[in-house]
Amino acid sequence: MEGVLFAAAAVAVAVVLGIIFVVVSESSKFFAQVSVIEFLTSTTWTPLFDNPQYGIAPLLTGTFMSTLVALAVAVPLGLLVAIYLSEFAGPRTRETIKPTLELLAAVPTVVYGYFALLFVTPLLQGWLRPFGIELPGFNLLSAGLVMGLMIIPYIASLSEDAMRAVPRSMREGSFAMGATRLETAFRVVAPAAVSGIVGAVILGMSRAIGETMIVVVAGGQLPQMVSSPTQQGATVTAFIAQVALGDLPFGTLAYNSIFAAGLALLLLTLLFNFVAFYLQRRYREAY
Amino acid sequence: MTAVDTSRVSDITAHPPGLATRRFKDNFFIVWGILATIIGLGTLVALVGELVNDGGHRLTAAFFTSFPSSNPAEAGILSAWVGSILVIVATALFAIPIGMLAGVYLEEYAPKNPVTSAIEIAVNNLAGVPSILFGLMAVGIFVQFLGNPARYFGFLPESFRNSAADLFGQSILTAGITLGLLILPVIIVATREAVRGVPQEMRQGALAVGATKWQTTRHHVLPYALPGVVTGVIIGISRALGETAPLIMIGGLTFVAFLPITTPGDAKFETIGVLDQYGAAVDPSATETVHIAHDGVVVMPDFTERAVEAGQVLELPHGSTVQSVAGWGDAIASWSPTHWLGADFTVMPIQMFNWTSRPQAEFLEIAAAAGLVLLAITLLLNGTAILLRYRLRKSIKW
Repeated sequence: MEGVLFAAAAVAVAVVLGIIFVVVSESSKFFAQVSVIEFLTSTTWTPLFDNPQYGIAPLLTGTFMSTLVALAVAVPLGLLVAIYLSEFAGPRTRETIKPTLELLAAVPTVVYGYFALLFVTPLLQGWLRPFGIELPGFNLLSAGLVMGLMIIPYIASLSEDAMRAVPRSMREGSFAMGATRLETAFRVVAPAAVSGIVGAVILGMSRAIGETMIVVVAGGQLPQMVSSPTQQGATVTAFIAQVALGDLPFGTLAYNSIFAAGLALLLLTLLFNFVAFYLQRRYREAY
Repeated sequence: MTAVDTSRVSDITAHPPGLATRRFKDNFFIVWGILATIIGLGTLVALVGELVNDGGHRLTAAFFTSFPSSNPAEAGILSAWVGSILVIVATALFAIPIGMLAGVYLEEYAPKNPVTSAIEIAVNNLAGVPSILFGLMAVGIFVQFLGNPARYFGFLPESFRNSAADLFGQSILTAGITLGLLILPVIIVATREAVRGVPQEMRQGALAVGATKWQTTRHHVLPYALPGVVTGVIIGISRALGETAPLIMIGGLTFVAFLPITTPGDAKFETIGVLDQYGAAVDPSATETVHIAHDGVVVMPDFTERAVEAGQVLELPHGSTVQSVAGWGDAIASWSPTHWLGADFTVMPIQMFNWTSRPQAEFLEIAAAAGLVLLAITLLLNGTAILLRYRLRKSIKW
């Protein structure tokens, strides 16, 4: 029986190896025809054109821009909620609000895409027009904004867990010195929980980097060098989905470009996992 | 003795300076905290409100019993919800046993060695891998490799190859395994936590009266861990139901006018013309005379479609597909316990995505209606999981 149990657990390793194997082997076919230099330095990504160019930079700028917008929304809101729930709210409020907020992370992302395209974009268009900004129908701003709302529970829930894990005695010490709740929250609890908070933010960030459907529906699928969130643009994930939706035959260079994009995505995700791991080690406070 | 400068001595019975300000900051922060919470909860309300407003009036019985159509007034989600259920059944059959066994292994059996830490690292990392990468892996392994047994497994007997070709490729089985692997970490982690929560005395009691390790685990640990495992399973299933990206990768269809539970002989889905090995027309301008055998629809290469009847003779361009519309009666009569696993499919999120990406406003209405159904199911599942977890925490006091 133990052998069966071990085999089941080993599936997880097999999947990780499977993902790495497929992405690396298929993109090596791509890199046999396109130089790594071009892939990294060219600023044009047009694999589907007659004269194709393969520079990953436009997709990366799209991914970074939408992720940046998402974090700008989710980090302040998520941390506010976390500190409020952990340090100020009563247990009943916390037990009700936390699971309800977690529903935000359970909404199917294609529904969020619809919401971004048909609710948030028109709303923002109306708000920005008085400032002389014409927001196009597809843009990374509303995609990123909705992505930010989606990752609030990741950041709020996990940061709250981290702050609640800080021992009571530390708060009591701070109160005894005459500090208010807010001072205790920011000067005692948050610094003590910083490794958990950083982990939560990075988890939210890798969610945003890997998110596909919101950007496919609301972002515009146009791979260009993005310098402002009001532009439309394609992310790495959006490009992969876009090619899969088309009629390109498997094995062509253009089709293989999605595996190269997938490799970039995989490395990006692994990088952030590694950074999170390092930061958590570096700033871990053990009690 | 010099005079004491009393001007610098403050009255210690008075509040320290600035306490009122500091208290005010406290309350001011509470306002901000509540505001942030309201923004989060308000998003949920706005989301539901927007979908109800746009698509609520399209939620009729006909919406659930109609196939998709190029006429938005008649289009429905029949093939999508049937497809979603079948894919989820395959997902659950795959992921629940493997996830539970893996969780039990890691918690009860695994020795402390490098192999175990490799498994734990894999489980933790899998949870953070973007879902679209699972799709890329599925394309490489299940669609291209296992789905083309003629190319890669020439040494195997033909009957074996044929059943592999039937089952893998762009099929419900492929979709189920892919989503199953995606939710595996969720189930493993939930199982581990639930098993860890069972007190050591339960195990010792069973072992003391001579039960084997597996008997102890099976009869004395798992039953008590079950509610926790079920919570994880529900959350995993709800995640799988809403996943779109990996299924787009493996080629979930965007227009399906048949139920995937009919037997192969029905010619339910046939593409016309000389095709390359990938299923696209070699010469898009060529046409062919086709005798229609069943009532159904023809989807042209440009994705417009027209209704056809049995007995019609048509001139169709290569690359168009003929789909027979199978009703409930046909579907039930020709039910085959294994065939559905190899069938083409669509699912609710793909159907909604397809309608969202069309320009006509009427399609956006049914996209909203489909989104409402999807949202209702996921919120219901997650609500159940939350309640279950809540009652679990209240009722069990070891």
